[in-house]
Amino acid sequence: MTDYKSEREQQWRVDLRKTIPAKERTNQERVEMPMQDAVARRSNNLEVNLGLTAEMAVKESHRCLDCANPTCVTGCPVNVNIPKFIKKIEAEDFLGAAAVIKETSTLPAVCGRVCPQEKQCESQCFYTQKLKKPAVAIGYLERFAADYERESGKMSIPEVAKPNGIKVAAIGSGPASLAWAADMARFGYDVTVYEALHEIGGVLKYGIPEFRLPKKIVDVEIQNLAKMGVKFETNTIIGRTISLDTLRERGVKAFFIGAGAGLPRFMNIPGENSNGIFSSNEYLTRVNLMHAADPAYDTPVLRGKNIIVVGGGNTAMDSVRTAKRLGAERAMIVYRRSEQEMPARLEEVHHAKEEGVEFMTLNNPVEYIADEKGRVKQAKIQKMELGEPDASGRRSPVPVEGSEYLVDCEGVVVAVGVSPNPIITSAVEGLDVDPKRRTITVNPETNQSNIPDIFAGGDIVRGGATVILAMGDGRKAAAGAHQWLSSQR
Amino acid sequence: MNKIVNKEFFSENVVMFEVEAPEIAKSRKPGNFVIIRLGEKGERVPLTIAKADEERGTITIVAQRIGVSTYKLANLNVGDYIHDVVGPLGHPTHIYKAGTVLACGGGVGVAPLLPIVKAMKEAGNRVVSILAARNKGLIILEDEIRKYSDEVIIMTDDGSYGKKGVVTVGMEDVIAREKVDLCIAIGPAIMMKFCALTTQKYEIPTVVSLNTIMVDGTGMCGACRVKVDGKTRFVCVDGPEFDAHKVDFNEMLMRMGGYKDQEKEAFEAYKNAQ
Repeated sequence: MTDYKSEREQQWRVDLRKTIPAKERTNQERVEMPMQDAVARRSNNLEVNLGLTAEMAVKESHRCLDCANPTCVTGCPVNVNIPKFIKKIEAEDFLGAAAVIKETSTLPAVCGRVCPQEKQCESQCFYTQKLKKPAVAIGYLERFAADYERESGKMSIPEVAKPNGIKVAAIGSGPASLAWAADMARFGYDVTVYEALHEIGGVLKYGIPEFRLPKKIVDVEIQNLAKMGVKFETNTIIGRTISLDTLRERGVKAFFIGAGAGLPRFMNIPGENSNGIFSSNEYLTRVNLMHAADPAYDTPVLRGKNIIVVGGGNTAMDSVRTAKRLGAERAMIVYRRSEQEMPARLEEVHHAKEEGVEFMTLNNPVEYIADEKGRVKQAKIQKMELGEPDASGRRSPVPVEGSEYLVDCEGVVVAVGVSPNPIITSAVEGLDVDPKRRTITVNPETNQSNIPDIFAGGDIVRGGATVILAMGDGRKAAAGAHQWLSSQR
Repeated sequence: MNKIVNKEFFSENVVMFEVEAPEIAKSRKPGNFVIIRLGEKGERVPLTIAKADEERGTITIVAQRIGVSTYKLANLNVGDYIHDVVGPLGHPTHIYKAGTVLACGGGVGVAPLLPIVKAMKEAGNRVVSILAARNKGLIILEDEIRKYSDEVIIMTDDGSYGKKGVVTVGMEDVIAREKVDLCIAIGPAIMMKFCALTTQKYEIPTVVSLNTIMVDGTGMCGACRVKVDGKTRFVCVDGPEFDAHKVDFNEMLMRMGGYKDQEKEAFEAYKNAQ
C-alpha cells in the first residue's frame, strides 16, 4: 500500500504547499476545458475536448490543497496517487506526473478522457465534499499529464520483473484485459491477449467514438503493453478457435476472462426488426471499428435526416452524436425517465445539447412502423411520467395512457443496455455463471471464478459498467492470479 | 493473414478457395462458418466452411460473386493472403442417427451442406441429397456430395442438367416414395422458405442454416437477428441453424435487403473503377 502520509511529508511536497496560501488556492476558479466549436464539430469526427495547455494545467494544480487525507484517491477504482501526480504538475515535472499515474493505471490517456470523474475521484474531492465548490479538475489534469508524456516522445515503459516463464492468457482485449495483462507482465509472466475481432482494444475501439477517444491514443497505449512484452493475437476466439483445454495443454497456467458485455438488448416491441433499426453496438461498430463513414472503406452505414436513439446512457450519447456527425438534421434522444435519472455523464449530455441533439425525455417507443420495403419510417412514442422509486432508487417511469404520437424517422438506434457475451461462458464447462444475468460469478477479493485457474472481470462480471471499473477488476484479478499462481509453485 | 493455397472457379461466379487456417481446421465442425476481411478497408463477410484438412492446416470456402467484397475475393489468387479469417463461428450441426436424411442444397448452399452430408452419412443415416441451381454450370461439389450420399438428385430451373424444376419438385418426389426422418435445407433464403413450407405439410423435422447480414459474427451487433418462434434470435450465436418451421422467412428476406441500395451503389462504383 502506498503510504500517502509519509510521501506527503517529503520535503518537495512540504515546500510546494507553502508557496501559495491555501486561501488563494481555494479562491481560484476551476479551469475550463478548451473545446472545439459546437457547430464546426458536427461536421467532423475530431476530438471535442482539446486538452489543457501546460499553463492551464499548472494553474489548475494550484487549486489542489494536497490534503492530509486525500479522499479523492478512495474514489478512484485503481487508486491513482492523485495528490502526488497533481503536485508533480505544480512542480512542472510533467513526465514525473505521468509516471506517478502509470504506477497504478494502465491507460492514463484513456481514463483522463472517458472516466466519469464527477462520480469518482472528483466527487470525493475536498472542494466537492467540504467547500461545496467545483472539484479540482483531476480528470483534465490526468489527461494533460498523459498527453504531455506521449507527445514528448519520452514515454516511460513500466519496469517489468525478470521473466518467470509462466504462460498466462487474457481473453478479450478491452480495458479489463489490458489492465490485467499490464500487471501480469510487471510481475514477470509471459502474457498473451486473445481478441475475437481484428483489432485490439475492445470497446475502446468499436464502442467509444473517435471524437471522444482518438484511436491513435488507444494504439499508443497498446504499443506500450507490447513493449512490456505482452503478446497480442487478433481473430482468435477462445472457446471456438482454440479451446481453454488446448491452451492448458500448451502450458497456460492462468486465464483472465474479460470478454465484455457484447450482446445487445432490444426492447422486443412490434416492428423492432424493421430495416433501419440497429443496436447501438452495430451502429457504433460500423462507424468506429469498420470506418463506415469513410467512403474509402467497404462497410456501409445508414444515414438519415431523422435519427432516433433510444436510451439515456453514455452509449446512447455516443450514438446520437455520431448520427449528428453522419448528417442527421434531427438527432433525437428518446428516454423513458427524466434527464435527472440519465446514467450518461453530464459532460456528454452537455456536449450533445451543444451539438443540437434533441432530448425527448419521459418518452418511450412502443412500436415502429415500416414502409412497404420493410424500412422504418415512423416511431410510435408514448409519454411517461415518474412514479415511485424502483429497485435502482430512481423514480420509475409510468406510461401515460392514450398519449401515443408518431415521429418520422429513417433510422433508430437502440441503446438500452447489453448482456454478457455468451460465447466464452458457454464454452467453459462448469464455470459458475449467474443463471439470469449470464455474468461470471467471482470471488470479490480476488476475481477468481469457481474454476481456480480462471479469473474474470469487467462487464462479463458486472454486466455493464465503465472503463475504469473494468480496469480496477483487471488489476484486482492480476493480484489474485499472481497470489494463486505463487501458491501453486 | 491467411495464405490461399488453392483456387478453383466452379462456375463463372462461384469460386472455391483453400486457405491456410490451422487452428480453425482443427476446431471447426459441420455447420460452423467463418468471417473474412479483405484488407484494412474491407468489410467483414461471413462465409461457410465447405471442407477442412487438419493435416494441411487448411479450410475450404466457397463464395459467389455478388458484391464488392466477393468480387475482390474472387480476384485473389494462389499465394495471395486473406487479411483476416476468424472462426469457427456459430453452433455446429446436431449430428445423430435420424434414419433417412433429405439434404437439399441450393446454389452455393451446397458448400456448407457438404460437411453435414458427410457427417450424417458417417453417423449411419441413409442420405438422399438434392442439388438445385438455375442451370448446369451452377451445380457445385456434385462428386463430393455423391461420395457421402446414397442417392443424389440434380434439379435445374432450365432443365440443362438432371431434372427440370425447382428443389421442392425433387423433394416432393422423394417424400412421396419413402419416409424421410429429417430434412436439411441450405441455400438462398427464398429457397429455404419453400423447402420449409414443403416439409411442413408432411411434418418432417427440418433444419435450415441462415445466412443473414452480419458485422462481427460474435453476438455483438445484432444485425443478424431473425424471428424464430416469435422470438428475436441472433443467427451468429444462437444459430446459424434453426427449426425451419419456426423461422419467419418473410422478415428474414426483408432484413436481407437492408443495405441493397448502398450495396448496389458501391458495386457500380467498384465496377466503374475497374
